[in-house]
Amino acid sequence: MMAVASTTAAPATTESKDDVVLRISNLESFYGPIMAIRGASLIIRRGQIVTVLGANGAGKTTLLKTISGVMDPEKGEILYHDKDIAGSEPDRIVRQGIVHVPEGREVFPLLTVEENLRMGAFTRSDGGIGDDIEMVFGYFPILRERRRQSAGTLSGGQQQMLAIGRGLMARPEVMLLDEPSLGLSPLLVKEIFAIIRRLNVERGVTMLLVEQNAKVALDVAHYGYVMELGRLVMDGPAADLAQSKDVQEFYLGVREDENPRGQRRWKQRKTWR
Amino acid sequence: METIQLLVSGLANGCIYGLIALGFVLIYKATEAVNFAQGDMMMLGAFLTLGFANSNFLGLPFLIAVPLAILSMGVIGYLIDIVIIRRLFGQSQVAIVIVTIALGFVMRFAAGNIFGFEPQTLESPLIGRDVTVGGIFLGLDELLVIIATIGLTVGFWLYFSNTKLGIAMQAASQNQLAAYYMGIPVKRVQSLIWAIAGMMAAVAGILYASKGSIDPNAGLLGIKAFAAAVIGGMGSLPGALLGGIIVGMIEPFASRYIPAGYSQVMPYLLLFLMLVFRPHGILAQVHRKKV
Repeated sequence: MMAVASTTAAPATTESKDDVVLRISNLESFYGPIMAIRGASLIIRRGQIVTVLGANGAGKTTLLKTISGVMDPEKGEILYHDKDIAGSEPDRIVRQGIVHVPEGREVFPLLTVEENLRMGAFTRSDGGIGDDIEMVFGYFPILRERRRQSAGTLSGGQQQMLAIGRGLMARPEVMLLDEPSLGLSPLLVKEIFAIIRRLNVERGVTMLLVEQNAKVALDVAHYGYVMELGRLVMDGPAADLAQSKDVQEFYLGVREDENPRGQRRWKQRKTWR
Repeated sequence: METIQLLVSGLANGCIYGLIALGFVLIYKATEAVNFAQGDMMMLGAFLTLGFANSNFLGLPFLIAVPLAILSMGVIGYLIDIVIIRRLFGQSQVAIVIVTIALGFVMRFAAGNIFGFEPQTLESPLIGRDVTVGGIFLGLDELLVIIATIGLTVGFWLYFSNTKLGIAMQAASQNQLAAYYMGIPVKRVQSLIWAIAGMMAAVAGILYASKGSIDPNAGLLGIKAFAAAVIGGMGSLPGALLGGIIVGMIEPFASRYIPAGYSQVMPYLLLFLMLVFRPHGILAQVHRKKV
């Protein structure tokens, strides 16, 4: 793995080791015979939004599924507060404070909005569930209006809000967000990401955000990784990544119009190859 | 007069079909596979009650035998899931269907070897007692079937819509993956659904046996109940009950007004028409995912 040369302060190294919430090392996961994650290592610090960028099929979703226990890794460690949770059952992982908000919303279509939220708190048995539903309604007022409506009748954006709200109901320390911008209009994407930022600041939820929309992801994130074909090929503070030529060319779609020879190369070679 | 009597006996029949159909739909919704042993589970439930209650077997009091049989079928349903069905996880649905058909055969022959292949009567306190309501002559057994079914349905409705585990069962059947993400122990929930289906089959079996005799082939009734589930809308619990009642209602009227031979075909004719014109059933729960 190659770190991007960073001119600004490197925030990660100066902080204490206790800040590390999730430390993943040399993770390998298979989809049947296909090796979807080829030795990924990453670190997530408390209170940060960490994003993993990458194209379709890079292995981003598999990475999240492996962390949340829906898939078991073949090799490697997932240390959550220095405890290896690799291969645990999903309900145990949710209980410990990691919740996965899946790609494509995946609400319970025939349950009402409120029942969906209650299912998010399935692993809890404390008395604060009602208050937390109100808290979710505070972030997503439209859900309050639709609380008795079945989730399948909501619009795509509302379903995404419900999926995030349902995840919050588990009172997670870490939230794994898979493509929250998928299939949403630019305005809705802005709205959702504003709330993601608020949740991070106001409720201190640490987030691992997987996105194809690199621009919004780097905007909101503190730190970023780039994933390609199952490998994390690059990492750095989000602001530095956004400035990096490779990320600009391949993930932000910024055209490199001038190079030393005054002509645009038809195909840029990636520096990590 | 006669019409009302036909109506009541049709309703009583239909309730039993409906209860078996409920079992079909429950398991279908939870595991997306059809349990073709549901009818045989009903038969087994009836025979277990008979084994507990009849004086030539254990001879326990009827009111003890009934809950004991229901509980045993619950345990059997649970075990079927954790010992057999769970191992087929990830296999095609056809594999599960074939396994449940095989399970049905096993239950049929197990019951035959233990209890004999001859029809037997459950020594139920209800058999042969009648009540007269306003000049209409009704069997107590038939009335009880209807009352028990209504009670059971209301109970299940309350359970599924109000308890945390009940809603989790709905959630797991609507979106299994999301249920996993929320920390719902999906596998255990599925085993519990098999247990419930087993208990439901036992109730249906007890009610069936109190209306007449029971033999190891009684489980073939399950085919009619399956037709009921499809007519009502596979995947809809109220639909299962409705389909059961429709099929049950058709039978007495068909055998009264249509020549024998043709009358038995009527439920299947309805199934056929249903599949042609409204393949999702009467109360279909069709949901398309938004992209």
